[in-house]
Amino acid sequence: MGVMGAVFRREFVTYFITPLAYVFIVIFLALAGTLTFFLGSFFDRGQADLQPFFAFHPWLYLLLVPAIAMRLWSEERKIGTIELLLTLPISTTQAVLAKFLAAWAFTAIALALTFPLWLTVNYLGEPDNGVILASYLGSLIMAGAYLAVGACFSALTSNQVIAFVLAALVCLIFSVGGTPIVLEFFTGWAPSGVIDTIASLSFMSNFRAIARGVIDVSALVYFASVIALFLFANVVLVDLYKAR
Amino acid sequence: MIEIDRLCKRFGAIVAVDDVSFSVARGEVLGFLGPNGAGKSTAMKIVAGFLTPDSGRAAVCGLDVAEHPIEIKRRLGYMPEGAPSYNEMTPVTFLGFIASVRGFSGKEKRRAVDRAAEMTRLGEVLNQPIETLSRGYKRRVGLAQALLHDPEVLVLDEPTDGLDPNQKHEMRTLIRDMAPEKAILISTHILEEVGAVCTRAVIIARGRIVADGTPGELEARSPNHNAVFISAPAQTLRTLAPILRELDGVAEVAVGDNSLCARPREGCDIHDEIQVLVRQRNMLVSEIRLERGQLDDVFRAVTTGGALTGTAGAETAED
Repeated sequence: MGVMGAVFRREFVTYFITPLAYVFIVIFLALAGTLTFFLGSFFDRGQADLQPFFAFHPWLYLLLVPAIAMRLWSEERKIGTIELLLTLPISTTQAVLAKFLAAWAFTAIALALTFPLWLTVNYLGEPDNGVILASYLGSLIMAGAYLAVGACFSALTSNQVIAFVLAALVCLIFSVGGTPIVLEFFTGWAPSGVIDTIASLSFMSNFRAIARGVIDVSALVYFASVIALFLFANVVLVDLYKAR
Repeated sequence: MIEIDRLCKRFGAIVAVDDVSFSVARGEVLGFLGPNGAGKSTAMKIVAGFLTPDSGRAAVCGLDVAEHPIEIKRRLGYMPEGAPSYNEMTPVTFLGFIASVRGFSGKEKRRAVDRAAEMTRLGEVLNQPIETLSRGYKRRVGLAQALLHDPEVLVLDEPTDGLDPNQKHEMRTLIRDMAPEKAILISTHILEEVGAVCTRAVIIARGRIVADGTPGELEARSPNHNAVFISAPAQTLRTLAPILRELDGVAEVAVGDNSLCARPREGCDIHDEIQVLVRQRNMLVSEIRLERGQLDDVFRAVTTGGALTGTAGAETAED
């Protein structure tokens, strides 16, 4: 097991040592179910698919993913273990990646535990399971983008609450980027090219493409770039903390 | 094994480390002394590769810390200030984690963890969450973590801080036992530590080195080094004081209520002479003692920037 494997495993196991994992999973499943059945009118639509389930994922992640990410670096800074971690033979990039991947793996488990919904639609009708699989993958990679934002802000402060609020705020801006809330602010004075760019930088609009069941390469590239960008910022922030 | 050359580090307007140079060889235990906030921890963080210096160079095992950070971290055992560890883990899982990061696996990993746990006597608490442990045990977990890979170079930031006298004694014995094969840098603001474990001491104040030498050499810088201390009734002292002042080797005599302190001129040994004199005159004294010099005096003098003579000596005479 490599250096990154060791850090990954420690981070991952830590979620389950503390009550965080269980609280998170229960709330995630409860909210996912509630939103799907009540706000998403799962039954009334009369269609055997998971569209109403996936449609709410950006909103779920907006609230819950920063909660998983906030402890990644803030806690280390607060207790001082960051000094221990970064004086072990591991590079900052390795540490950032290992922590991110551990949190992502944890999110994947929470997401996988929504499988009863998948069983339900298969019991009720004959959904396109290919579309569902694509949506799940799309949702997971979008969760990665939210996580990368959260991890980055976690490295900015030793206060988990501040890390959470900042991450949630930036996630919100990214989420609603393609909606009238943001676009109307720019309409009228910004050139249409700018408005189109802002619209295309939204988590929602990119996820919508994937959730329809189309593996949209540009959407995947988009989420991968967001992850890469924020993890890079994360590495820079940790290095700045060392060089301060 | 550790070489620090003209190291500087500032945080905003505060100069934490200012032009500090020293080196530690194998077999040496260097005590890094200084008041709180003197820059000890900052210098140690730079050696351990956690902080980047503004200027100057730190090298461990001949390798530049800035150029080979990973290789250095592999060879170095570092216990940060306060011995932080992951509170929700148990010592055995925590040490297992450290061992994995340090590249141990399987049987080797178990052996390394067992050895470190045994050296630091963690036996009975190995499976308790670290957050439930006492301060002494937490500190030992931090030390076990630093020792786990049997490093050639050890950097321990305040290893005995917050320990009870027994634990301090154990910690010092442990450090002394390891000393011959390693280069060890420890920081402390407890002076008794220096005599107990260190082969050399560097005193730092406001980021600058103000003294560097063996504990003996530092003690010799005390105004009371080789001074003779006499306890006797006031009347006896009144007759004795003028006689002592006449002696060639005596520089100064301070008289208190029931005690007297005679400080020698530099390089003079006045103890034997005074003892003979007191016996010849059949004077009634309850004690004649040779002062080695208090490290405290030296410490206080060099870290507050005051002169080496004066207040410190007078206080001793009144004791």
